[in-house]
Amino acid sequence: MNFFFCLIAVGGVAVFVVLRLWLVVGFRRKGLKTVSVRVLVVAGSGGHTTEILRLLGSLSKDYNPRHYVFADTDKMSAVKIRLFEEKRAERDSESLYTTHRVPRSREVQQSWSSSVFTTLYAVCYSLPLTFRLKPDLVLCNGPGTCVPICASALLLGILGIKKVIIVYVESICRVETLSLSGKILYHFSDYFIVQWPALKGKYPKSVYLGRIV
Amino acid sequence: MSGPSRASREAVAMKSVFVTVGTTSFDELVACVSSRATLQILRRLGYRKLVLQIGKGRVVPDSFASTTFSLIVYRYKNSLKEDIKRADLIISHAGAGSCLEALEEGKPLVVVVNEKLMDNHQLELARQLHKEGYLFYCSCSTLLELLRSVDLSSLRRFPPGKPEMFSEFLDKVVGFEK
Repeated sequence: MNFFFCLIAVGGVAVFVVLRLWLVVGFRRKGLKTVSVRVLVVAGSGGHTTEILRLLGSLSKDYNPRHYVFADTDKMSAVKIRLFEEKRAERDSESLYTTHRVPRSREVQQSWSSSVFTTLYAVCYSLPLTFRLKPDLVLCNGPGTCVPICASALLLGILGIKKVIIVYVESICRVETLSLSGKILYHFSDYFIVQWPALKGKYPKSVYLGRIV
Repeated sequence: MSGPSRASREAVAMKSVFVTVGTTSFDELVACVSSRATLQILRRLGYRKLVLQIGKGRVVPDSFASTTFSLIVYRYKNSLKEDIKRADLIISHAGAGSCLEALEEGKPLVVVVNEKLMDNHQLELARQLHKEGYLFYCSCSTLLELLRSVDLSSLRRFPPGKPEMFSEFLDKVVGFEK
C-alpha cells in the first residue's frame, strides 16, 4: 500500500517537473518590464572569455549589473574581466559588476565519464549562486561551467521563482559541429546563436546573425 | 625637428615576429620556433626580432639580443595587443581569441595547430578561415616549410565582426525596443 503511495507521489512530481520544464522552455516571455537587466555571464577559460567580453562590449548600459561566473582554475579570465569592467566604469559611473568562482566542471582533456561527477560537484556550487543572484538573463558561450549554471537557471523557472532567459552563443571556433555544452543547451536555452551558416543548416532552431565577435 | 627620429626609423626597419600560445601551453611550437633552423629562416626573411609568449609551457628558451637578432620570451601579459600591433608576422596557436585579435589588427597570420589535443575542434576555425583566405595554417612539423615558401601578401583583409547585430537581437529579446 505504502509502496503505491510512494509511486504515485513520485509520478506526480515527475509529471509536474516535466510540465513545468515544457512551460519554461516552450514559452518565451517577451517584453520584460524592468528598466535594467541583471545579467549572469558565464565566462571561463581563455578564448571563451575574450569572446563573451566582445559581445558584452556591444551591450547598452541597461544590462546592469553583470555577474560573472568563471572556473576557479582560471586566472586569466579574472584579469580580462577586471580590465574590461574598469574601462566600462570610466564611461558609465553607474556600471556595476561582481565576480564568482565555481569549481571547473570539465578540464580540456578530461574523460567524459569522470566529467559527470565533476559536473555534479559543480552543480552544488552553481545552484545556490544562481538562486541568490536571480538573474533576468544568463549569457554563455560554451565553457563547461555554463551547463550547471543554466540547469540552475532552468530550475528557477521550473519552481516558478523566476523565468530566466537563457541565451547561448556558440563559440566562433565551432564551424561545423557544436561543443558538448552546445549540444546539451541547444535543447534548454531560449535562444541559441551560431556564428557559421553550416551550423544553422544542421540546427534549424538556432539563430544566425553573421559573425558577431 | 622634422622627419622620423633615428629610433623610430630603426623600429620600422626592424621587422619582428610575435608567437603566442595563449593561456595554455604548446611546448612543441615554442621548441620549434626557437630552434636554430627557424631562427635562420626568419633572419633570411628579414626579421630581426622574435617575441615569444609561452604561457604555462615547460620549454623556456633563453632571451638574447645580438646585433643581428633578438629573442624575447615571456609567459603572460594582461593584454597582447601591443605585441600584436608591433609585429609584422604573427604565429599563433589555434585559439579563437588570439586568431581574431591578430586578424583584426590586419596582421599576416600563421596558425599552428596542436595535433596533441584530444578534441581538436580548434582546427575547424583555422581551416575555415584559411579556406576564406584570411590566414595560413599548419602543424609544427610543416611550419618551417610554410615559412620558407609562403607569400604573406596573398592573404585577404579580415572584415570586422558585427557585435551590434547581437545587441540589437538581445534588445528585442528582453524587450528594449528602440
